[in-house]
Amino acid sequence: MSFITFCENIAKILSKYWQVFLIEGVSYTLLLSAITVFFGAILGSLLALGKMSRLKLLRGVITGFVEIIRGTPILLQLYFGYFIIPMAVPFLNLTDFQAISIALIINSAAYVSEVIRSGIQAVDHGQVEAARSLGLNGRQTMLHIILPQAIKNILPALGNEFIMIIKETSLASTFFIGDLMTSYLKVKGATWLNLECLLIVGVIYFVITFTLSKVVAAFERRMRAGE
Amino acid sequence: MNKEPMIRTVGLHKSFGSLHVLKGVSEHVLPQEVVSIIGPSGSGKSTFLRCLNMLEVPEEGQIFFEGVEITDKKVDVNIHRQKMGMVFQLFNVFPHLTVRENITLAPVMLKKKSKQEANDMAMELLNRVGLADKADNKPGRLSGGQKQRLAIVRALAMEPDVMLFDEPTSALDPEMVGEVLDVIKNLVKSGMTSVIVTHEMGFAKEVSDRVLFMDDGMVIESGTPSEIFNTPQNPRTKDFLSKVLI
Repeated sequence: MSFITFCENIAKILSKYWQVFLIEGVSYTLLLSAITVFFGAILGSLLALGKMSRLKLLRGVITGFVEIIRGTPILLQLYFGYFIIPMAVPFLNLTDFQAISIALIINSAAYVSEVIRSGIQAVDHGQVEAARSLGLNGRQTMLHIILPQAIKNILPALGNEFIMIIKETSLASTFFIGDLMTSYLKVKGATWLNLECLLIVGVIYFVITFTLSKVVAAFERRMRAGE
Repeated sequence: MNKEPMIRTVGLHKSFGSLHVLKGVSEHVLPQEVVSIIGPSGSGKSTFLRCLNMLEVPEEGQIFFEGVEITDKKVDVNIHRQKMGMVFQLFNVFPHLTVRENITLAPVMLKKKSKQEANDMAMELLNRVGLADKADNKPGRLSGGQKQRLAIVRALAMEPDVMLFDEPTSALDPEMVGEVLDVIKNLVKSGMTSVIVTHEMGFAKEVSDRVLFMDDGMVIESGTPSEIFNTPQNPRTKDFLSKVLI
């Protein structure tokens, strides 16, 4: 196969199937990633708070959960979620997309909780002491002194988590739920042009993550400049 | 000298792990008194000071502030901390707030002042320490001396009854020590009750009513500045003073 035919094939695939990649695939991948990061951040914040609580049992449970998520492959977790989540809540009649979203959220929450916890703990302890010495209570100190400073550490890291998730959602194609990697499987199945389809999908992934990482970096610079 | 002490401690003990830092400190601070605490590093003087507003919780012993036992677990220490200003070695100004907001945050949040009142007071305090032109800047660009002056007025904005200074000039470049000491001097001259942990012996000698010499977790000797600096009795005090510049 010559390079010319290769390029011609790509052009043919794109002219016929561009909607499958760019509309369906990209939108499902971005939607899945956005849902994952959004709910993952909420659940992750709760986990982070729990991990800093005074309740030893709660801390232990959360630490165990985070270690399990970090210590097992995400593909295995997605399989688990795919089978177990619909079984656990049969009355909700979850679609595959929803079950996989939940599995991804759980995975992301574990990582995000560490991002948030380390962002909070990176704030100099002298800040807590100064606030408490003025008479602020623990909650006021957290809300008005610690979190506004921690957010500068956390937001860029969350942006990077979003980029990671975009790549990880490709694993969801195992369950054929419509993301960009599923588009590859579909078009490859219809055209038998394996490499061409892979290249198209790869370029799309790269363009998305590269653009986003530049956006995150610019955002980070602006926040640092504000100090 | 028949005034009730503002702060009284009884047999304070504090350990960090296996390190026994305070070994039974019983002391008092009278209203309007200026007490300096000197001693070698690791002698427990900062820990003692930090116990006074419960930033360190002693394992044993009691602390009374204005007649209330703040070591009692049922007492809300936050209320009493509002009356005890503290200044730290590393300033600990809030970097995400403007200079003015650093000062107004606590008085407004703790319902002592309206925003307007707090702002007016902040400007007055900043004028007093020569930082009025920085009011709307973030503290990031301030020098160490300016940060510490800000930290002092931030504490004063709560209108405390006592000020606790934890080595307020130790982290400063030498040329900035004077400006901070001047602010503290003016403050104690105005009658502010103060406890000052310091390595500035000349300063301690000049401003203190009483000097405590601490070593190895205990107050070894206490007296007027002239007693401590000119006629120390305890050999450890003599030894320490012979090693430091006055």
